[in-house]
Amino acid sequence: MTSFSPGFRGRARPLADRLPPGQYPTEAFPVLSTGPTPHVPTAAWDLTVTTEHGETRRWTWDGMMELPQQDTVQDLHCVTRWSRFDTRWRGVPLDVFLEDLETAAEHVVVESHGGYTTNLPLADLLGGRAWIAHTYDGHPLAPEHGGPARLLVPHLYLWKSAKWVRALRLTTTNEPGFWESVGYHDYGDPWREQRTWGD
Amino acid sequence: MADTSDHLDGNCLAGPLSEILALEPTTAWWRCPQCARSGPLAGLHVYGPEPGLTARCPGCAYIALRLVRQGEHVWLTVGGGTGAFRFRVTP
Ligand SMILES: [Zn+2]
Repeated sequence: MTSFSPGFRGRARPLADRLPPGQYPTEAFPVLSTGPTPHVPTAAWDLTVTTEHGETRRWTWDGMMELPQQDTVQDLHCVTRWSRFDTRWRGVPLDVFLEDLETAAEHVVVESHGGYTTNLPLADLLGGRAWIAHTYDGHPLAPEHGGPARLLVPHLYLWKSAKWVRALRLTTTNEPGFWESVGYHDYGDPWREQRTWGD
Repeated sequence: MADTSDHLDGNCLAGPLSEILALEPTTAWWRCPQCARSGPLAGLHVYGPEPGLTARCPGCAYIALRLVRQGEHVWLTVGGGTGAFRFRVTP
């Protein structure tokens, strides 16, 4: 089952309206790294979602691929000031993983292979605005871009779209992640230029 | 650049660390709490520079320090945990 997300609406807008303040457009897809690139075989890949009560859901790679898939075209905005328009992804909306979860948590810590973490509000993963993405431009997502699967939350700066995602931990308190704990913004809205802690 | 196997060596930390440390930092000795390897800061594997510098053990990739420069501030964590020190530096 495939659907197409409403994200492609944005393509009708002029490019100038799609560039957040302080950004420049690029055709490149720069890779920013915080460590060695993890190489995770799909056979060993899984995704867990854990609530504040310790309830855990788990999907294997094959299990994820049996979920409803969605194609989406998105603009990406990196805090290092580049923006890339019309990137094409395929993945599973987070709504599918988080459906009917028994939780009062308002925050999520995303955990990745290699130790990277990022925090964001649970609400920002819902409503068809976030995906577990495994395909980029028609090809399996390359390890340097976060493959086999990464989080994709294009309405926030790209550091929130954690590469090599392996777990989502729902929390009742806000726990700063890898970059958020060294001066980057807890939320990271590119349209409000929420780059650093004080913004 | 930008390939993920790419990293710099710890000598690139000399500039940003000397803004907040009075002593020459690259000869400082560091012992990894995870694999017990030891050596000078200059031998660390450094990833970045954007959005920040992450210095790791050359043996096991454990984080030795992280450093982010934002305007007049330098944020520094020592070790793999969170809890950063923020220094004000004069530009
Ligand atoms: Zn080590």
